[in-house]
Amino acid sequence: MMTFERGCKALIAATVTALTFGSSAYADGHKIMDSIHFLIPGGAGGGWDGTARGTGEALTGAGLVGTATYENMSGGGGGKAIGYLIENAESNEGTLMVNSTPIVIRSLTGVFPQSFRDLTLVAGTIGDYAAIVVGKDSAINNMGDLVAAYDADPAATAIGGGSVPGGMDHLVAAMAMEAAGRDALAVKYIPYDAGGNAMAALLSGEIAALSTGLSEAIDLANAGEVKIIGVTADERVPAAADAMTMKEQGIDMSFVNWRGFFGAPGLDADQVTAYQEAIAAMYDTPEWEAVRARNGWVNIHNSGEDFRTFLENQEQVLGDLMTKLGFL
Amino acid sequence: MLEGLLIGLQTAMSFQNLAMVIAGCLIGTFIGMLPGLGPMSIIAIMIPVAISMGDPSAALILLAGVYYGAIFGGSTSSILLNAPGVAGTVASSFDGYPMAKKGKAGKALTIAAISSFAGGTIGAILLMIFAPMLSSVALLFHSAEYFALMVVGLSAIAAFAGTGQVAKAIIMTLFGLILATVGEGTLFSLPRFTGGIMDLQSGLGFITLAMAMFALPEALFLVLKPKETGSSGGEIKDLRITRSEARAIAPVIGRQSIQGFFIGVLPGAGATIASFLGYAVERNLATKEEQAEFGKGSIKGLAAPETANNAACTGSFVPLLTLGIPGSGTTAILLGALIALNVSPGPRLMIDEPQIFWAVIMSMFIGNLVLLVLNLPLIPYIAKVLSIPRNFLIPFILFFTLMGAYIGQNNATELLILVGFGICATALKFADYPLPPLLIGFILGGMLEDNFARSMQLYDGIAFIWERPMTLGLLAISLILLVLPSYRARRARYHADGVASGD
Repeated sequence: MMTFERGCKALIAATVTALTFGSSAYADGHKIMDSIHFLIPGGAGGGWDGTARGTGEALTGAGLVGTATYENMSGGGGGKAIGYLIENAESNEGTLMVNSTPIVIRSLTGVFPQSFRDLTLVAGTIGDYAAIVVGKDSAINNMGDLVAAYDADPAATAIGGGSVPGGMDHLVAAMAMEAAGRDALAVKYIPYDAGGNAMAALLSGEIAALSTGLSEAIDLANAGEVKIIGVTADERVPAAADAMTMKEQGIDMSFVNWRGFFGAPGLDADQVTAYQEAIAAMYDTPEWEAVRARNGWVNIHNSGEDFRTFLENQEQVLGDLMTKLGFL
Repeated sequence: MLEGLLIGLQTAMSFQNLAMVIAGCLIGTFIGMLPGLGPMSIIAIMIPVAISMGDPSAALILLAGVYYGAIFGGSTSSILLNAPGVAGTVASSFDGYPMAKKGKAGKALTIAAISSFAGGTIGAILLMIFAPMLSSVALLFHSAEYFALMVVGLSAIAAFAGTGQVAKAIIMTLFGLILATVGEGTLFSLPRFTGGIMDLQSGLGFITLAMAMFALPEALFLVLKPKETGSSGGEIKDLRITRSEARAIAPVIGRQSIQGFFIGVLPGAGATIASFLGYAVERNLATKEEQAEFGKGSIKGLAAPETANNAACTGSFVPLLTLGIPGSGTTAILLGALIALNVSPGPRLMIDEPQIFWAVIMSMFIGNLVLLVLNLPLIPYIAKVLSIPRNFLIPFILFFTLMGAYIGQNNATELLILVGFGICATALKFADYPLPPLLIGFILGGMLEDNFARSMQLYDGIAFIWERPMTLGLLAISLILLVLPSYRARRARYHADGVASGD
C-alpha cells in the first residue's frame, strides 16, 4: 500500500510537471502557468479574499497565468483550510493558499497543531496595515475620543473584529489600547465570523469600534459607511490620505499584516519554482500596480528562503509582544 | 427600491441566470411530480452543483427555481394519481383527484397552474415590499436579538409540528443542536466533541448532513418500502376553464396569496401548513352548496391550496433573506448553500450584495412565467414522466448524493459520515421522526451559540435577557410557542373526555 501510494504520488507529480512544462511550451509569449486554484481560508469580502482575487486578477490580466479559480473555505480562523491543504496534499498540487500573520499567531498560541513549517512556502507578496474604524454617525472621531469613551464606560465600549480572541484583529486593538496607556486585557473584544456581521454590529451600535484591515476599511469608508480613526502605519497611506495614523495621535504603535501564498506540503520543486516565477514577474506589470494601488497594499516580496527567514523573524517579534500583552 | 429592481433585473436577465431559472423550474417540476422526492431532497442533491458554479446569485436562482418548481409540479401527481410528490400539495389532491376521476383532469391542471402562478407572483410582489421593510428593522438588531430570534425559530418548529409530533420534533431539534457543537467553536477555536478525529475538526459538513438527511434516505426508502404507483385519474384533455369558473376562483386566489405568504413568513410554518389552512379557510368561507362540493371536486378547493402553497414558498424567503434565519427545512438547506458560497444572508445582504437579493426576486417573476408556460400547454406531455417506475430514481439519487458529498470536500471520510448518518436518518424516517427539525437545529445551533456568547460578553452575563426589551419580547413569544401545542393537546384531550371547550 505504501509503495502504491508513493508510486501514485510520484506519478501525479510527474503528470503535473509534464502538464506544466507541456503547456508552457505552446503558451503564448510569457505565460508561465496554465491555471492556479486559490484557496481562501476566509469568507468573501475579507482581506484574504481580496488578496487572492487581486493577485489572480493581476496574474491572469497580465497573461502570466491562463485562468485563476477561487475557493473560499472559512472556519476556525483559517485552520480549516490549512488542515484541508495538509490532509489533501496530493490532490492539491495546483492550489495556492493565501495566508497572513494569523498563521504565525495561531501556531504561537498553539490553537492548531500546524504552523507555516508544515506547508510549502511559496512567497510573501504584500502587506496591509490595520485600522480601527467607527460607524459614520458615531460621536467618536479619533483615537483620543475612543480612549475617552472607554475611560467613561469600559463595559459599553467594546471593540469588534473578524478574528478569534487572541487573533490579529484582537491583537491590534489590544496593542493600540496598550500603547494609549490602558490595560489591554480589560478591553472587551467581540469576535464575529464574517465581515458583514461585524459591520452590522458596528452600525447597530453593539460595538463602539471595529478593528480591521486597512484595505477593507478603505472600501467601507469609500462606501460612506465608516470613519477610519487610526491607521497602524508609520506614515499616512496615500490610498487613505485623510486617515490619521496611530503615531500622529500619540499612540506609539505600528503593525503590518503580511500576506503571502503557501502550497501543499511536499509540493514538487518545479511547481514551486513556477509559482515563484509567476509571482515575481507579476510585480512589474501595470495590472498588478492597478490592483495594488486600488487596495492600498504595500509590496513586500519575500520568495522561498527569504520568506522563511521573514516568518521566523515575525514569529519572534509577535511572540515577545503577545507575552508582554498576556496572550501567551 | 427602483435602483434595486433595476440591478436585480439586470442580473436576473443575464443569459446564465435565465438559463438557471429555466433549468431550476424544469428540474423542480419533474422531480416534484415524482412521488417520493420532495423539494428538500432535490435541493440537497443540487447543492454541490450550485456551489461549484461559484456565483451565489446563479446558485440561489437555480435552487429557488427548483423549490417553487417542485411545489408547482407536485400538484400534477396529486391531481392525476392522488399521490402527492410534495407534502405541500397533499391538500391539492382533496379536490384535484376527484376532478380528474370525473374526467376533468385537464381543467384541474389548468386551475392548479393558474393558481400556482398567481400565488407565486403575488407572493413575489409581497416579498419585494416586506423584505426591505423587515431588513431595515433588522439592522437595529444586536446579537442578543439574533439569539432570541433563533430561539423563536427553534420553538416554532415544535409549535407547527403536527399532532403527536411535538415531542419528536423537539427531540430532533435538540439532536441537531448537539450535532452543531462538534468541531471548533468560532469564539474559542478549540476542538470539541471531535473524538480526536481530524476530519471533525471543522465540524460536520453541512452538505454531507443535508444529503444524509434528505437524499440518501429517499433512495433507501424506495428500496426498503416499495410502493405501488396509483392508477391514473384519467386522460388529460380540455385544458380550458370557463369565464364563470375563473370568476369563482379569483377571490380565492386573492385571499390565499396573501394568507399563504404570511404563513410562509412565519418560522416553522411552510407550504404544507399554508395549503391545509388555505383549504380549511376557503371551505368555511364558501356558501352552503359550494361547501358540499369540497372534497368531491370543487374548483375552489383546488385553487385554495395551490395558491397558498406557492405564496408560502415565496414567503419563506423573507426570514431567510432579511434575517438569515431559515423558517423551514428547505430554506435551511438554501441558507447552508449560501453560507458555503460565503454569502451570509441577513439584513446586510441588501446593502452588501443587492444584486443577489434583487436578482432572486426578479427570477421568481421569470420563474413563475416559465412554469406557467411549462405547465399549461405542455402538461399532457410532461405528465408522461409519471409512468416511469420509481425504481429508476434509486441509482440517480445514489450517484448524485455520493458524488456530491465527495466533490464538496475531496475527502473520502465525508462518504463514511454520509452513509452513517444516512442509515440513521432512514431508521428515524421509518420510526416517523421528522428530519427537517434536525437540519434547522444544526444550522441554527452554531449561530445561536455565537450570538449567545457575544451577548454574554457584551453584558458580562445574561443581563441582556431583561435589559433589552426586544430580546425579552422575542423570548416570551418563543415560550408561548413552546407551551401552545401542549395546551392545545390537553384541551383536545379534555374535549375528548366530554369537557366542553371554552370557546
